[in-house]
Amino acid sequence: MLSTLNGLFIAAVLAGTPLLLGALGEILTEKAGNLNLGVEGMMFMGAITGLAGSYYYEQAVIAGGGSPNGILSAAIALVTSFIAGAGGALIYSFLTITLRANQNVTGLTLTIFGTGFGNFFGEYIGQQAGGYVAVTDVTKKAFSGLNIPVLSDIPVLGPLLFRYNWLVYFAIIAAIIMAWFFSKSRVGLNLRAVGEDPATADAAGINITLYKYLATVIGGGICGIGGMYMSMVTTSGVWVHDCVSGYGWLAVALVIFATWSPARGMIVALIFGGLTIMRMYINIPGLPAQIYDMVPYVATIIVLVVTSMRQSKEHAQPKSCGLNYFREER
Amino acid sequence: MGGTSEYAVKMHHVTKTFGKVVANKDVNLELKTGEILALLGENGSGKTTLMNMLSGIYFPDHGEIFVKGQEVTIRSPKDSFALGIGMIHQHFKLVDVLTAAENIVLGLDGKATVNRKEINRKVAELAKRYGFEMDPAKKVYNMSVSEKQTVEILKVLYKGADILILDEPTAVLTPQETDKLFAVLRNMKKDGKSIIIITHKLNEVLAISDRVAILRKGEYIGVVNTAETDQAQLTEMMVGRPVSLEIERPKVERGEKRLQVIDLTCLNGDGVKALDNVSFDAYGGEILGVAGIAGSGQKELCEVIAGLYPSIGGSVLYLGEHNGIPVQERILGLKPDEIVKKGISMAFVPEDRLGMGLVAGMDMTDNVMLRSYKSKKGIFVDRKAPKELAEKLIDELEIVTPGVDTPVGRLSGGNVQKVLLGREIACQPSVLIVAYPVRGLDINSSYRIYDLLNEQKKRGVAVIFIGEDLDVLMQLSDRIMVMCGGKVSGIVDPHEVTKEDIGLMMIHTEHPFAKDKKEDEKGEVTA
Repeated sequence: MLSTLNGLFIAAVLAGTPLLLGALGEILTEKAGNLNLGVEGMMFMGAITGLAGSYYYEQAVIAGGGSPNGILSAAIALVTSFIAGAGGALIYSFLTITLRANQNVTGLTLTIFGTGFGNFFGEYIGQQAGGYVAVTDVTKKAFSGLNIPVLSDIPVLGPLLFRYNWLVYFAIIAAIIMAWFFSKSRVGLNLRAVGEDPATADAAGINITLYKYLATVIGGGICGIGGMYMSMVTTSGVWVHDCVSGYGWLAVALVIFATWSPARGMIVALIFGGLTIMRMYINIPGLPAQIYDMVPYVATIIVLVVTSMRQSKEHAQPKSCGLNYFREER
Repeated sequence: MGGTSEYAVKMHHVTKTFGKVVANKDVNLELKTGEILALLGENGSGKTTLMNMLSGIYFPDHGEIFVKGQEVTIRSPKDSFALGIGMIHQHFKLVDVLTAAENIVLGLDGKATVNRKEINRKVAELAKRYGFEMDPAKKVYNMSVSEKQTVEILKVLYKGADILILDEPTAVLTPQETDKLFAVLRNMKKDGKSIIIITHKLNEVLAISDRVAILRKGEYIGVVNTAETDQAQLTEMMVGRPVSLEIERPKVERGEKRLQVIDLTCLNGDGVKALDNVSFDAYGGEILGVAGIAGSGQKELCEVIAGLYPSIGGSVLYLGEHNGIPVQERILGLKPDEIVKKGISMAFVPEDRLGMGLVAGMDMTDNVMLRSYKSKKGIFVDRKAPKELAEKLIDELEIVTPGVDTPVGRLSGGNVQKVLLGREIACQPSVLIVAYPVRGLDINSSYRIYDLLNEQKKRGVAVIFIGEDLDVLMQLSDRIMVMCGGKVSGIVDPHEVTKEDIGLMMIHTEHPFAKDKKEDEKGEVTA
């Protein structure tokens, strides 16, 4: 029993990390007043570019007769996926912030675009590689669980806390930094003002356009890293068609569940991660697998009902989220 | 900056045009260091435009501006801050979910981290220095209007402004809050700050200012020492002709009972009683004034009767005629369209004109049509009749607008109110409820509104007038109902009581005038 629970916890952390990254990116974006529904698309873009970055790096090194470095490969995946996600968000930013296009429509378009982008290049690179694209063992190892001296060897706690891949810790550190950023830093305070009431922030001399662009683009980059996690960790460095499938949407739901707080996001991501892999650990005979797949979405609906009933001003979506700012409009 | 100059601000021959409209024409304005200058003028006279050129929002077409003796060019709000000019706008610019102190430091340069203890301490210190009461850690959404204004003022003081411009600061304040604000302004003056206060309330001008500068239709009329002037002279300078400040109260035979409200009770959002056993009657051919401190239940009272707010007890009876037959209808709990369907002609002019009364983005025709489009059957709407009515309203009420196709949100406050009131009156109601109809309006517009209400009274309409200015209430109303904390503290005849009596009733339900009424009520309740 205990080992099942431990196993569930570990699996939940692993499944929850891409959700946490996606949610963190979206929290940052929404805090600047932009509702970017393109998380799924940006994750897809990050997923394929991260994988492709590592893959082409390895191929280039092997072609040159050398042996690829796992850490370098992982770093390349990190950077390329961030750039891809940020690139998607940049398109979104240009359309919504500069041209003031409708945010919902633009975000949905980005999702459709990103999904196509990921699947197309995934298949294309796979065909070029002769059937399917996969990274070598060196990179796979770089994305497998760490073995931290002493800490990883603590009985029970070691496996529970200190044997994950590095992206898990990356996500947790990102969440902590972001929580500090919003609550303690001056730039974070200004950013919150931009998302709540851009006219007021503007009058206070804050550069609205700059803040919105930066928050949205960096947020998109973090979403891209979340996507890279899917292709490098979840599917172990092999391109699987539709590998992100719905995780981006769960991340958007998670933002609401976490009430726009990065710190709460960590706990909520664990819960959502647990719900997505529950069927492998809690088996009710006769219950179709699809029912399990529904659970995270049902949870999201329940959360939406509860949060909209509570109507708290503090734990609510930034007030101007979804609305474009135009100074001369009265 | 440094160096003291006799004049904090001098504006010479300043002109500003917007397209063809001349907002300011060759205006001269001088603010002495350490004085309170009132800038007086009707709505649309260019007061705010002139001040916006000081705060960097607009840039003048012609003219020079001197600040502290030096000629300056103000191109943005940042330039304005740098010169020590701080403007407190009529519409507060505050972020709801942040605290007072956080709002104050917003956008300022400083260390990468925000030390909340430190800024709270600094803000509290600043507040204490000028006699403000405020908690720096309070969130803005928990604040009253006057507290928000305090935050706005502290915001500019924190930035080190020594020239303050307040745009209609008292428009949203109760008399008590206004007194407090004035005390603070006097403290600031003692501290050497130079203050410009934009207003159109004459009694306030006389109470607070050292000198008064007057604008009329964008032109500079003159400046007078407050000590050497009076209301009549100021009005004449402002309006351009002598205006009688008396409000007419035509004698009209009191008509039939139109509305009977019995023991009306309702809760506010926090579950506290917003209305507590409110009972009164409204008669045709009279204006029933409703006095009370803001938030004493006036808003809920209007909205419950209009069918917009739920009640938990009591009843509202409408007594009228339908095709010549007297009818009695219980209207409590009915939705507005159900009330209309019953053939009850009741009109409500809400406090929030562009939020509840009119749709800001729609033009006059469409706004007029909102009230009448349901009366026609079929799937098409008739735009002709409402358009004619809109044109008639423009004509009769002297509404200043480029045309019926202009969105009402672009009109000035007085004109918006005329559109709203005109539309409601056009429905020929037999009960007319108006909430703060002259809030934010200038003298001319206000008097036009009083005239309209009097016309309705002469027509035999039961007018319920929720007001804030006691002088106006006492001159206009036939009876005054005073509310306090959701209770009726009494219904009095304005001939028989003084302003002070009503003031006391506004804060105590247990006033001598209220007593008999109170006991009656108690008897009814226990019975």
